[in-house]
Amino acid sequence: MGKTLAEKLLSTKAGKEVVAGELAIAQVDVAFFQDGTGPLAVRQLRKINLEKVADSKRSILFLDHAAPSPRRELSNDHVLLRGFAEKTGAVLSEINEGVCHQRVIETFARPGDVVIGADSHSCTAGALCAFATGMGSTDVAVGMALGRTWFRVPSTFRVVAEGKFQKGVYSKDLILHLIGKIGADGATYRALEFGGGAIDKMGMSERLTLSNMAVEAGAKVGLIASDAVTEAFLKKYVRKADFKAISPDPDAVYERVIEMDVTQLEPVVSCPHTVDNTRPAKELAGTHVHQVFIGSCTNGRLEDLEVAARIMKGKRRHPRTRVIVIPASRSVYLDALEAGHLKVFVEAGATVLGPGCGPCVGVHEGALGDGEVCLSTQNRNFKGRMGNPEGLIYLASPATAAATAIKGEIADPREVL
Amino acid sequence: MILEGKSWKFGDDISTDHIAPGRLFHLRSNLPELAKHVLEDADPEFAEKVQKGDFVVGGNNFGLGSSREHAPTIIKMAGVGAVLAKSFARIFFRNAINVGLPVLECDTDRIREGDVLRVDLSAGVIENKSTGEKLDFVALPDVMIRILNDGGLLAHIEKHQGFKFD
Repeated sequence: MGKTLAEKLLSTKAGKEVVAGELAIAQVDVAFFQDGTGPLAVRQLRKINLEKVADSKRSILFLDHAAPSPRRELSNDHVLLRGFAEKTGAVLSEINEGVCHQRVIETFARPGDVVIGADSHSCTAGALCAFATGMGSTDVAVGMALGRTWFRVPSTFRVVAEGKFQKGVYSKDLILHLIGKIGADGATYRALEFGGGAIDKMGMSERLTLSNMAVEAGAKVGLIASDAVTEAFLKKYVRKADFKAISPDPDAVYERVIEMDVTQLEPVVSCPHTVDNTRPAKELAGTHVHQVFIGSCTNGRLEDLEVAARIMKGKRRHPRTRVIVIPASRSVYLDALEAGHLKVFVEAGATVLGPGCGPCVGVHEGALGDGEVCLSTQNRNFKGRMGNPEGLIYLASPATAAATAIKGEIADPREVL
Repeated sequence: MILEGKSWKFGDDISTDHIAPGRLFHLRSNLPELAKHVLEDADPEFAEKVQKGDFVVGGNNFGLGSSREHAPTIIKMAGVGAVLAKSFARIFFRNAINVGLPVLECDTDRIREGDVLRVDLSAGVIENKSTGEKLDFVALPDVMIRILNDGGLLAHIEKHQGFKFD
């Protein structure tokens, strides 16, 4: 019987054939914490005298959620994590390096790997065909120390996307539309597997946006077969040798197949307070926006900044709309600097900050005021997400965000392209 | 194990941001203080009202969002005996078992705010003492029963010096 990507990856790493529903004790290739989940993980390991890592080169601690630290408690958490890295030999990704998920796909995850991260968007690396998933502090701590973890092999929803995107419509619109259609719990416990002509033609940056948001439909992973696009991406980061072509078997058994024609898609926006509360951008015209955020592990890559910069070039932000731009990593920052995008943003009146999670997690760098509206390229719009339960968060693509920044109200980017 | 307490009802899609908001990120290394804010963005008075042994009763997709284990940890620290919901988000569900907080999938429409429940974990039965009704809950996978019985994932690993599921 043929295998899905999830079944293939877990069978290899469990060292035996497993199918959906079965238990797999699998090898862990990459394990990581961030500064919000790491301190608890370190304390847990200390409790049972297991303060060690199985593979120091692929155990990583990211200082990204509160970077640089805005207050002493968080500075002390950073001190704790730096100490753990020193003691165990784990890799420390300092405050200048960027968001964990972007760093993981640039440097650590390989096709075929099992990647576990103490952050729900760890599913991002599924776009490189790694079985990448988010877990809690204790699960990742144990996986990092022992080099193994357990999984129930998920059944799979195969999303087949065909057609050609209209101008101004992107993979972010596709994933928001999909989540709106199946619901924020539509794929709970399942693997999502993206394929079809529209995915084959998609660049890595756009694929990563799909996998990043798999968890917003409740999924465990968001997998994409590895191909020439994956290989070119790895080559850019000087690790072509990490490439391996992996695809699902043609006779794999799927729990559900969801077919989508991307030609029909329009720019989509998720409205407060759930990701599945989607509406076409054009229907939200007139909604005043106080803050626009362009960045995050979902849409903070060079390609995203390029789309936004193209729209904002030579224009000014709306006087009552502030704009925050954050490249996802140091590497993206340098590329965007060289390409001139950051200059475009600063000239347009945006605040460009150093790589990291920024205002997405509500810790710093752009918390909302009571009743304020933010349109963001991030992945989550839950009540309280951006530091204030009285704030209202809309989610959209970088193009929609850039068009909104200029207009001061939610705008369909096709109006300005 | 038998649990008995009062129900506190919540709606669908209670996220980890409702339970342990990002604005309190700086309290994550001070769990007793963070626990004073448990579920604050869903019910600002919850932490003051909840009594030891009470139940949190949610709707669909309870615990969606972030992987923060602090969420089930502070629910447990607040004295909650178990969380009951129609369905749970995956990471929260796994985290709850890892920290030793029972999570039970059942038809929570049959439970009202303030109802007194008696939960027999091993028999798999919830008795709503206020209505006299008995409710079934979905059995946990064997792996999770094993972890829960050992007192959580850390205790499981310490006891067996690794994973032991066979």
